[in-house]
Amino acid sequence: MRLEDKLFLNRYQTDKHPHLRIKDREVCRHCEGKPCTFICPARVYVWNEREERIETAYEGCVECGTCRYGCAHDNIDWRNPRGGFGIIYKYG
Amino acid sequence: MAERFEVVVVGAGPAGLAAALTLARAGVEVIVFERGEHPGSKNVMGGVLYRHPTEAVVPGFYHQAPLERPVVEQRLWLLTGEAALTLGYKDMVFAGEPFNAFTVLRARFDRWLADQAVAAGALLINETVVEDLLWENERVVGVRTGREGGDVRAEVVVLAEGANSLLTQKAGLKPDGINTNQLAVAVKEIIALPREKIEDRFNLEEGQGCTIELLGEATKGMLGTAFIYTNKDSLSVGVGVLLASLVRRRLNPNDLLEHLKSHPMVRSLLAGGESKEYQGHLIPEGGYQAVPKLYGNGVLVVGDAAMLVNGVHREGSNLALTSGLLAARTILAAREKGDYSEANLAPYRRALEESFVLKDLKKYQGASFFFDQNPQFFTLYPGLLSRAAREFLTVDNVPKRAKQKRILREITAARSRFQIARDLYSLWRVMG
Repeated sequence: MRLEDKLFLNRYQTDKHPHLRIKDREVCRHCEGKPCTFICPARVYVWNEREERIETAYEGCVECGTCRYGCAHDNIDWRNPRGGFGIIYKYG
Repeated sequence: MAERFEVVVVGAGPAGLAAALTLARAGVEVIVFERGEHPGSKNVMGGVLYRHPTEAVVPGFYHQAPLERPVVEQRLWLLTGEAALTLGYKDMVFAGEPFNAFTVLRARFDRWLADQAVAAGALLINETVVEDLLWENERVVGVRTGREGGDVRAEVVVLAEGANSLLTQKAGLKPDGINTNQLAVAVKEIIALPREKIEDRFNLEEGQGCTIELLGEATKGMLGTAFIYTNKDSLSVGVGVLLASLVRRRLNPNDLLEHLKSHPMVRSLLAGGESKEYQGHLIPEGGYQAVPKLYGNGVLVVGDAAMLVNGVHREGSNLALTSGLLAARTILAAREKGDYSEANLAPYRRALEESFVLKDLKKYQGASFFFDQNPQFFTLYPGLLSRAAREFLTVDNVPKRAKQKRILREITAARSRFQIARDLYSLWRVMG
């Protein structure tokens, strides 16, 4: 089953304000392994080769926090989505 | 003028709610902030809730709480590419009162537990993020919420914010940014199946449940476990591995889960099921050495935020509930004295040390590091054991003694007798 289809099963109350932010885009350009692009369960982070930047699809975030701790450069400003926004688990 | 309560609890999970419920029952003015739409809407675990520690918080909870199935059987599967070595224990004593453990779905159970706290007199405020602690003269005096004019003052704040413990880190109780060796990333899918199918496939009587823990190829040899738990009319299927090894191996957690689901031992259990939800969560598995400072002036830390997880036995909810209960008792004792300073909250740590919570974490304090440094237990040995079983069980007119020799030769070619003896000895040292 494709990840996109799985995320589609989840219920989200999407905030128009992203709760994830790359602190310094220059750091990503020089980041060797770019772990955020594969450790995230929801694959929120995608490296855009042409524009040399990390795209952040925060809408699918399951709010685990893996990226915050897995980024070797501590380059992700991770905040909780505003109250009531973000993932709403039906089962948990 | 800020609102004022005796106690603020940050987070409506088992730890925070155990604290809030116990305090409310004792007549303490307690307010619980939950960032989700309702308690449980952000909360995830594999799914096992233990009866004994839960009853310490809500006696007789299993008569009313939304539980899935009582666990009557626990299985352990050591997977290789196309085989599995299995071990299990089934006991009908676990099928009736007082029960041992239940599978649960947290979005339902936590909501119910919060209802109990509210019924006891706690005030629950949903959809509210606590963004910071309020400090005065080096003591915590309340919280700042994301709501406008949302400062709430309190005598003591209980941090029950979960594994991604931003406030605990901000308060300097634990270092900012947890080491990737101390965190596991887990993903899980809820897969719906008719209850009769579940009972047939898992050899269960009506309403009963079982758990399967899977090692070896289930995590592609990484430090971690996979699991399949039976709910009423769904399965919880997941895999959790150490974040450090995930980074090292450049793997994606969902790809791991799909790998597990496609294993011949697993896919037949899931066949025809319909995925309902996909979840991801961190598990703080740093063990005893990673436990942060658990108290300060006007503040206590409980549950996952306090890294109270026993990864070896996949226990967490029981440590969370017990820590919440012990935190509440400490607060009640401090309340008698009218002083919530650090010295009066320190007994919380001692109470945890005297309970199974820190005793168990201490027992396994070397385990995570040991298995990370000795990957052969998750890679080499499952393969060797599996091939030994295959050789021994293949009937091909080779005499048994010759088979034994052949097995021994293969094993000692892969790892010397001396190394095996040393592995077994250190395994016993770490786990025994």
